[in-house]
Amino acid sequence: MPMVNIAGKDVEVDEEGYLIDLSQWNEDVAKHMAVEEKVDMTENHWEVINFLREYYDEYQIAPAVRVLTKAIGKKLGPEKGNNKYLYELFPYGPAKQACKIAGLPKPTGCI
Amino acid sequence: MSDMDMEDDGSGIVKKFMFLNRKAPHGTVYALEGLEVVLITAAFDQDVSLVFTDDGVYQLMKGIDTKGIEVKDFSKTYRALDGYDIEKLYVDQSSLDARGLTEDDLIVDVTVLSDDEMKNLMDEQDVVISF
Repeated sequence: MPMVNIAGKDVEVDEEGYLIDLSQWNEDVAKHMAVEEKVDMTENHWEVINFLREYYDEYQIAPAVRVLTKAIGKKLGPEKGNNKYLYELFPYGPAKQACKIAGLPKPTGCI
Repeated sequence: MSDMDMEDDGSGIVKKFMFLNRKAPHGTVYALEGLEVVLITAAFDQDVSLVFTDDGVYQLMKGIDTKGIEVKDFSKTYRALDGYDIEKLYVDQSSLDARGLTEDDLIVDVTVLSDDEMKNLMDEQDVVISF
């Protein structure tokens, strides 16, 4: 497995760049992943990242996009729980990009 | 013809799928793999029922702690099924009884069925997949 050095710490990632050991995640790792994904992190981005981390903590999986969208709508309101909003934040897919930045594995059922 | 066209042709068909979970959560990969298949199937808008029977009822036990065996505890993931619109979870009374368990020992809400009810439910299915 490839290793990347982030802020002086070696972290292990898979061939697609997802973290192997979720406990190695921190804000520096997130920022590093965001730069690689060409995502300019704003407060709105962090809100989704934090939501994903909470979701993972509660259910032990990375949600499918459809499920994520619905869950965000429930918690943060319909103006955020829709594809347009999430894809504007993460153009290459909230599941693919946001999960990677959040240090989660690739979502199950992400085809 | 592209694959997309093929998929469009079949998009209106909804079949009744039953996933039958019969094995203890750890020691084999059946429970985890079964769960992943169910989560993936959820994307296809099918009529999905999940059954936990025999040692499969242990998959739904509250308070599982896998630290000692160094594998992931995925029992919390069953609580995410609701968000995937998988709401039909069944357990049979005899499997609970044989293991000294009740509904209160389970991490999610289930419908408890008698053996006859379970037979009827299985008869109604188009597809039954056993893990």
